[in-house]
Amino acid sequence: MARMGIDQDLPEYLRTWQGKIENHARSLGLDFFPQVFEVLTFDEMNEVAAYGGFPTRFPHWRWGMEYERLKKSGEWGLSRIYEMVINNNPAVAYLLEGNSLTDQKLVMAHVCGHNDFFKNNFAFKITDQDRRPPESAEDLVVSRKDRLPTRKWIDTFANHAARIRRHTERYGVSAVEEFIDVCLSLENLIDPPARMLEGRAAAPPVDEPEALEPARLKARGYMDSFINPDEFLDAQRKKAEAEAAKARRFPERPQRDVLKFLLDHAPLERWERDVLEVIREEAYYFWPQAQTKIMNEGWASFYHSRIMTGYALDANEIVDYADRNASVLATNGRSINPYKLGVELYRHIESRWDKGQFGKEWEDCDSLEDRKHWDLRLGLGKKKIFEVRALHTDVTFIDEFLTPEFCIEQKMFTYAWSNRNDRYEIDSLQFKSIKDKLLQQLTNFGNPFISVEDGNYENRGELFLRHDHHGVDLDVEKARDTLKNLYRVWRRPTALVTTVDGRATLMRFDGREHASKPMR
Amino acid sequence: MALKIDQDHARFRDIVKGKVRENLKRYISQGELLGRQGKDTVSIPVPQIDIPRFRFGERQQGGAGQGEGKPGDPVSGQEGEGEGGQGKAGQGEGAHTLEVDITLDDLAQILGEELQLPRIEPRGQARVVADKDKYTGIRRTGPESLRHFRRTYREALKRQISSGVYNPERPAIVPIRDDKRFRSWNVSTQPVANAVIVYMMDVSGSMGDEQKEIVRIESFWLDTWLRSQYRGLESVYIIHDASAKEVDRDTFFHTRESGGTMISSAYKLCHDIIQRRYPAEDWNIYPFHFSDGDNWSVDDTQQCISLLREKILPVVNMFCYGQVESPYGSGQFVKDLREHLGKDDRVITSEIRDKDAIIDSIKTFLGKGK
Repeated sequence: MARMGIDQDLPEYLRTWQGKIENHARSLGLDFFPQVFEVLTFDEMNEVAAYGGFPTRFPHWRWGMEYERLKKSGEWGLSRIYEMVINNNPAVAYLLEGNSLTDQKLVMAHVCGHNDFFKNNFAFKITDQDRRPPESAEDLVVSRKDRLPTRKWIDTFANHAARIRRHTERYGVSAVEEFIDVCLSLENLIDPPARMLEGRAAAPPVDEPEALEPARLKARGYMDSFINPDEFLDAQRKKAEAEAAKARRFPERPQRDVLKFLLDHAPLERWERDVLEVIREEAYYFWPQAQTKIMNEGWASFYHSRIMTGYALDANEIVDYADRNASVLATNGRSINPYKLGVELYRHIESRWDKGQFGKEWEDCDSLEDRKHWDLRLGLGKKKIFEVRALHTDVTFIDEFLTPEFCIEQKMFTYAWSNRNDRYEIDSLQFKSIKDKLLQQLTNFGNPFISVEDGNYENRGELFLRHDHHGVDLDVEKARDTLKNLYRVWRRPTALVTTVDGRATLMRFDGREHASKPMR
Repeated sequence: MALKIDQDHARFRDIVKGKVRENLKRYISQGELLGRQGKDTVSIPVPQIDIPRFRFGERQQGGAGQGEGKPGDPVSGQEGEGEGGQGKAGQGEGAHTLEVDITLDDLAQILGEELQLPRIEPRGQARVVADKDKYTGIRRTGPESLRHFRRTYREALKRQISSGVYNPERPAIVPIRDDKRFRSWNVSTQPVANAVIVYMMDVSGSMGDEQKEIVRIESFWLDTWLRSQYRGLESVYIIHDASAKEVDRDTFFHTRESGGTMISSAYKLCHDIIQRRYPAEDWNIYPFHFSDGDNWSVDDTQQCISLLREKILPVVNMFCYGQVESPYGSGQFVKDLREHLGKDDRVITSEIRDKDAIIDSIKTFLGKGK
């Protein structure tokens, strides 16, 4: 951080505005970590963005690729990064040098929203570094206002970088880089729900069989101790136990944290294990942000709009602000703009709870006319949205609060590939299909569910994975390459069972070639 | 200031260049890079540079969107996010081959390294410097013709709102003098060409599309290499059958004539152009001639050889003749050239059987470093 800290202290006028905006944000009910703003040049901004928001990241060409993309689209005027904030305590956020004061105020207001979200949304508890095993369900979701969790991720990421640099010096750039490529290829194979429960006493085994009763030879009662002596029974018991151990699966139940499984059981060098650990830690760090993109951006936009229009804007800034705000919330057909969808959905919820448009009576009301003018003047909107921002992720947010009225109002649709016309076409305007499509896109952040089924497949030490198929096939080409990377870590053949065109298929890589055959 | 990311970025560029190098033979023989050329860069499709993951296949998936339209309408817009946004690119990561821009200089360097081409020692150091205007900024004064509409409009709108003149019912915006914003420019100086390539091609009936494609690909690479050796480079295109004419690049590659072939007509025109426009003391001159080797008569061939010997060879760096194999041509011309001028090291001949032979032909032409 030193590099940025030296000559770029936040200028006086921005510091003043930071104070004003933060105070106003607090008066609106936002509750956030202390914030540090830094001003960056265009190039530095792209650098930090390419590193995923961090000033330092382990060396890898992928950041260079992202940097090139960002820089180009900035230079061509396609997009520009205005704002970035890191989930860290204190939160660190960046302002782009040379932006107008209006823009800087907008960014600060927006950052307050994100920061409140980081602090209060339950999914982000996974990034608490002083996390303790949860004792009750409440522990999982409730943030206590008085307790500031430790989130020194900027330091952690810098340490990761140092660790990997050390390996690079020792083992060479290409060896380490090649292995990072492999790890990154597997980075989405993690299991966040399990991590949240980590450290809790494991549930008692459900159907552990009783202590094994050794097989006895038939004997009359008085002869028993002679025909079945203790030594004999012991031997029998041992034999039965050995058989049971053999039958026991490895892992005992399917494990979705494939990275963990590899860390525990793959034949890795020490430095390789270290690299894999780093990748896994960082994957978990980014997970809650991916899970709450719509909610998080929506929340920040909701509050930047409140703060700006209700307080921070000067009359002569309105036009610039409106221009900028419109471009942030613009939709472009093919992809959902998370900012737009999120902010509108919060507004929708607020208005419903203000007017009492919920509960049994509302659900049962069939009269369109009544529904249109339904207003119980409850004023519960604000309380509701604060509760929503703490207790939901994108999936449950959409599942619970997307309504047919909302879809019509927001002109939502689903699209699909049309083979006939060789293009994407609007498929449906129906509420149900829109909701299904959205949920499908969001579940597991658009990643397939894959778990380790067997680490000793066919008793040959091969790694066997299963893909839980939910209607969409895998990209077979990529899956093949990924199996190959997995082989690099496992060093024995790897296999994946999935469904291709409706048929269960086993894909396998044996170290030299790929094979693919139908499963019985 | 040096950034940490520069290292990662350099690594990435290295990987890209490595991929291009690996695939160079294919790019050359399949002509994949034609039509992808921008001003100083060429965009190259690089396969599989992205990291593979277990992920969903794309087309089956579809998705949800937002905007006007009814079922059956095409979906507008590209994938990707709007303005703003956090660093993480997230969901829309593209799965296709990556298009990477490589400067023509880098491409030439790769070509040079792969084919082990020597650098060219230029003759004459004449440099002409020209001024060029670039519109890069905004200022408050300027001619009406350079008025920046959007900026001016915004300034006027701001002023009207803040002074209370703005009427939402009748939103007429009238800029006054203070509102106006104009584009402003910088002058940059650039050296201009001191090398010229004269491309000549036989477009008589016996040259088919396949042959022309070969010429096209080959000239792209020759261009690329020579451009890297000279700051700026001019090209002249001549087509000929029984008579010759100078044409633009597009016509050069797409014209198909029928009828006979008089190669001397092209050489004559080439010589005229050099004399008129490119005096030998200021210019490095590279005539390239492509033909299927069929000439009208022995007399004409004789005339060609004397033209070359007396007029053209004394003023050029080298003269290159590429003979494309065609089912209709006799292929005699290259033999005649070799017989009469084979000993002159300014003359380079090459026979190009098919697309795979292009790479060797390039090497023959450029291998002498002239």
